[in-house]
Amino acid sequence: MSPTMFDRYLRAFGETLTMVSVSVAIAISCGLVLALLLVTTAPGGLYPKPRLNKGLSVVVNVFRAIPFIILLVALLPFTRLLVGTTLGIWAAVVPLSIHLIAFYTRIAQVSLNEVDHGLIEAAQAMGFRRWHIVRHVILPEALPGIVGGMTVCVIAMINASAMAGAVGAGGLGDLAIRYGYERYETRVLFEIILILIILVTTVQFGGEWLSRRVNHRR
Amino acid sequence: MLPHGTALKCGEAAPPVPHITFDAIHKVYPGGVQALHELSFTIPRGSVFGIIGRSGAGKSTLLRSINMLERPSGGRVLVDGIDVGTLGEEALMQLRRRIGMIFQHFNLLSAKTVRENVGLPLRVSGVGAPETSRRVEELLELVGIADKADVYPSKLSGGQKQRVGIARALVHRPDILLCDEATSALDPETTHAILDLLRDINAKLGLTIVLITHDMAVIRAICDEVLVLDQGGRVEQGPVWKVFGDPQGEATRALLRPLQHGVPDDLGRRLRPEPPARGGHAILALRFTGESHPEGLSLASLMALAPEARLLHGGIDRIQGHAQGDLLVAVPADSIRPVASLTFSPDSMRVLGYVADDV
Ligand SMILES: Nc1ncnc2c1ncn2[C@@H]1O[C@H](COP(=O)(O)OP(=O)(O)O)[C@@H](O)[C@H]1O
Ligand SMILES: [Mg+2]
Repeated sequence: MSPTMFDRYLRAFGETLTMVSVSVAIAISCGLVLALLLVTTAPGGLYPKPRLNKGLSVVVNVFRAIPFIILLVALLPFTRLLVGTTLGIWAAVVPLSIHLIAFYTRIAQVSLNEVDHGLIEAAQAMGFRRWHIVRHVILPEALPGIVGGMTVCVIAMINASAMAGAVGAGGLGDLAIRYGYERYETRVLFEIILILIILVTTVQFGGEWLSRRVNHRR
Repeated sequence: MLPHGTALKCGEAAPPVPHITFDAIHKVYPGGVQALHELSFTIPRGSVFGIIGRSGAGKSTLLRSINMLERPSGGRVLVDGIDVGTLGEEALMQLRRRIGMIFQHFNLLSAKTVRENVGLPLRVSGVGAPETSRRVEELLELVGIADKADVYPSKLSGGQKQRVGIARALVHRPDILLCDEATSALDPETTHAILDLLRDINAKLGLTIVLITHDMAVIRAICDEVLVLDQGGRVEQGPVWKVFGDPQGEATRALLRPLQHGVPDDLGRRLRPEPPARGGHAILALRFTGESHPEGLSLASLMALAPEARLLHGGIDRIQGHAQGDLLVAVPADSIRPVASLTFSPDSMRVLGYVADDV
């Protein structure tokens, strides 16, 4: 491999990593907050607010329904407003995050809902404040699921970021399209696929390991 | 005479002080299930009070109205004279800290160690770390699980989990402990150990224990008083020995059946309504309610039935100092004496029937 080509790989890899980690950080923090809101404001939840709950759920569904590639295009004006350009990795972070927020919200919501109601009740019986129930019961008990969901989320993000590459966001996807697809350099294409496979596998195993670490249920 | 309870402990003869009072409490769940019908009764301070009934009788609903985990649709629940239904969020929270609760499925936090589980209620109520850790050590010692302090609940057996549950429930030094089927998920031996622990705590700390169960053996083991509930209504209520010795309701009798002796199958098949022409034995069922012979009955008096009387089946239990139970006795059919000539009398004696030859 020529030094320039190696540099391209390294740069693309760095771009993908940046795009993914920044978007994941945004998506997971916002998604977790939204999921907590959805779970606690649901009827029978700790802070029942049925109207807010319904509204929030509809918004999340709307974003869940839109295919990423369409969201990418639809959000272009918003992206320009936010980062001043529609090109480059920072422009890609906007639609990636928004797409993944909705995705992660639903994943986290499932984990939070799975927390045994008996635990919440026990905490109520012991005179916990509602916030303490969220902080000390719901969140820690849902942690294994929340971490597991992050793994899924990171992998989905790696996929989506490759798609963003197609519209000039940079990263491994961009490289694959420009060399592999447009210049018929099949070798580049395969090498990038290999890198992606290694990346995804690493994330998967790392995620599973972390998930086991925080799971004390067995 | 009572094996436990404040009456004995304080040596007082005054009527027991009510700790919890139910006043016409009523519950209809959304959807129309009527879980409780206008129940009124009091639970004396320092007693172990049992509520028994089959599944769906309304026991949990009743128990959970004490700390307002379930709000009744009507009526009042008074704890120390305070109507708990009128308390605001903050006051209710303070009240709940004075009422410990343990559960059938323990409800321990899987992500926290034993020590953290027990200490958490104190931490969230603003008690400092040194005081919390002192109190946790003390309680783990009390429930006999100090060696498991740093273990996660998933590594514990059911009995150990319930010990942690009890320690956690006591951490605020409550004066009431609610037990919702606390031993129903445990094997008989562990059940026994947990019940011993509960009785120990009742005696040591003097707190009022309200426990619900579907198992009469649990009631017999530790309760002072029992309320039998069926379809949301009271069947009967009283000291345990009385309810066991002379159950009034059909629901109570059904719940007691597993503990009673009945007539063995082989004997039942051979019973005839009429005495045989010659020889044969009458089978008598004697029942002692604990009312007339609380001290137990002398064997000599039993032999007065007939010198050849033989004990076939049955048993006497001592409940709260009252000897009670059922005995099946075989008496030669021709030597049976009239009850009036006996120097003792069972609370009921029936001739079940006759068997032709030897028993
Ligand atoms: N949250 C609920 N919603 C509707 N019905 C309920 C609810 N909880 C209990 N019930 C009903 O109320 C009745 C009494 O229930 P419960 O107090 O749990 O009985 P127990 O503890 O004696 O088994 C049952 O018929 C049960 O189905
Ligand atoms: Mg129940």
